[in-house]
Amino acid sequence: MSEMRQITYRDAVREAMVEEMRRDENVYFMGEDIGAYCGAFGVSKNMLEEFGPERIRETPISETAFMGAGVGSAITGMRPIVELMFSDFMAVCYDQIINQAAKMHFMFAGKVNVPMVIRTPSGGGTGAAAQHSQSLEQMYLHVPGLKVVVPSTPYDAKGLLKASIRDNNTVVFLEQKRLYKEKGMIPDEDYTIPLGVADVKREGTDVSIITYGRMVQMSLQVAEKFAEEGINAEVLDLRSLSPLDKDAIIATAKKTHRVVIVHEAVQFGGFGGEIAATITDSEAFYYLDAPIKRVGALYCPVPFNPVLEAETFPTPAKIEAAVRDVL
Amino acid sequence: MGEIKDKSLLENKEFLQELMVRMMTVNKFEEQAFWLFGQGLVHGTMHLSIGEEATGVGTTAALTKEDYMLATHRGHGQALGKGVDLNSMMAEILARATGTNHGKGGSMHICDFDNGILGANGIVGANGPIACGAALTIKMKNIPNRVCAAFFGDGASNEGAILESMNLAAAWDLPVMFILTNNTYGMSTPLDRVVKNKDLKQRAAAFGFKAYECDGNDVLAVYETVKEAREYVVAGNGPVLVVEHTYRTSGHSKSDGNLYRTKEEIKYWADRNPIIRFRQFLTENNIFTDEEIDAMQASADKAIADAIEYAKAQPQPVVADLEADVYAE
Repeated sequence: MSEMRQITYRDAVREAMVEEMRRDENVYFMGEDIGAYCGAFGVSKNMLEEFGPERIRETPISETAFMGAGVGSAITGMRPIVELMFSDFMAVCYDQIINQAAKMHFMFAGKVNVPMVIRTPSGGGTGAAAQHSQSLEQMYLHVPGLKVVVPSTPYDAKGLLKASIRDNNTVVFLEQKRLYKEKGMIPDEDYTIPLGVADVKREGTDVSIITYGRMVQMSLQVAEKFAEEGINAEVLDLRSLSPLDKDAIIATAKKTHRVVIVHEAVQFGGFGGEIAATITDSEAFYYLDAPIKRVGALYCPVPFNPVLEAETFPTPAKIEAAVRDVL
Repeated sequence: MGEIKDKSLLENKEFLQELMVRMMTVNKFEEQAFWLFGQGLVHGTMHLSIGEEATGVGTTAALTKEDYMLATHRGHGQALGKGVDLNSMMAEILARATGTNHGKGGSMHICDFDNGILGANGIVGANGPIACGAALTIKMKNIPNRVCAAFFGDGASNEGAILESMNLAAAWDLPVMFILTNNTYGMSTPLDRVVKNKDLKQRAAAFGFKAYECDGNDVLAVYETVKEAREYVVAGNGPVLVVEHTYRTSGHSKSDGNLYRTKEEIKYWADRNPIIRFRQFLTENNIFTDEEIDAMQASADKAIADAIEYAKAQPQPVVADLEADVYAE
């Protein structure tokens, strides 16, 4: 059993990048203000000093150009990590992600790989308002050819990012802004977490809360509260949305017979619908004792006012109410 | 034809013949592709480059096999010039399993990575940023004597992607050759209706890099211009813009009724297309006789006819393989 040490989510992301850049000289990091400024969220602290300005490559404010440069360098032998300062900015360079990166391996008959990681802070709760607070995983998930990962802990962040950097496809790595300062334990030894494997963060028997990202912590809080009432909730952290661990989803539904899906993204058209359909279109359907409930953000742009903002997103009270609905 | 700088070219009959045969092959490929459409043998649409043969052939003749190139949706000539196998490209047009893209890409996405063809793109302007990336690889890996050429048209030159990538290539001194084939129409829209400044080469100066310009229907002018520009790039001077003025006599795509231009205009340019002009040049300078040039045409015609026979005999892709290659291993 190796030594464990405490680390923040932010530092775990950095460690993954640093280790992979030391391991493979083809890996380089590109984005806005990632050098002396250390990145908008302080993730790339000290990286410029270690790797220099060629491999810690600061860009002009030209998302289309540098996202496309990521694609072009990936298809000619490099392994770029491209930071999109806010995941909302994917709209600025969407063509290069969905029409280029996602499709090249297929359109070009498997003759080229696009091994790029797009790291981007996602989610709200920081008062950044409508254009800087979104969870837009559906915009990536709906386009065949991309992989989408959403870590909820430092341990998951480091292991999944290393695996993403080593993956030969374009992986969208949706970091959770509100979790950057959260602490967790990681081992000293080198480790990766395979994409496509969910993690039961809390075992339970009475209800399954299927979730990912920032909502994992909130769901665990709600589960602890229910434990006081003798209700034992299972919390399944998907970690990887594409590839998706369908077996884990079906297994937990079969186990507890009651499912609540929680995600920070807008509920309408959100990934919760896909998870629910995955369950109902499987043998797990016959094990359900209640309809599947989803708790997602309200159908409106994220407002600025802090009280309004908090109510836009799932809250412990809303998750609790949904769980009571299915019990 | 314009003044040739390197007079020794005039003695290089093999090279001159190759240029002519390539242009004729491109022209015949496009003409026959159109005919195959009429026969109902081609799915979808196609963007033919009749009239623009010198841009594809002349430019690629000045690139090496290892140079990276990004072609456009109107890129059969660009791909042929860069060395794609004629039979495989024809098979791809006919959507066969042994086409360049195994039938999964089609005309707009022809690729051949062994010859540096990093794919043709169906999104106008997308080539600019991707070229910056390939050029970044050249720079980061210190690959000597290598450039990335990105083709795009006058229409695409107004895409943000092109403007951003010009700035980025200049700022980072990337070995990108921005090849702007100006056929004066963005699909059906004439250039003078969509820009204030029609002198497109000035855009390079705005971003701080060098531009070249040539008669895009003069294959030797294109070749010499691109050759000189390539030397400049390879010497580490950053990117270049090469504006090649040309004219597209074929329609934008299969559905083009040519309502936006006159028959007279099309005929004017057809009468002075790059192949006619090069023939005149070769015969007037006593390099080849008309009979010799007719023989070149016959060889191009045969190569295309053979390619069509080859492609028609190729198998269809297997439906079970449909979802293969969504992800890499």
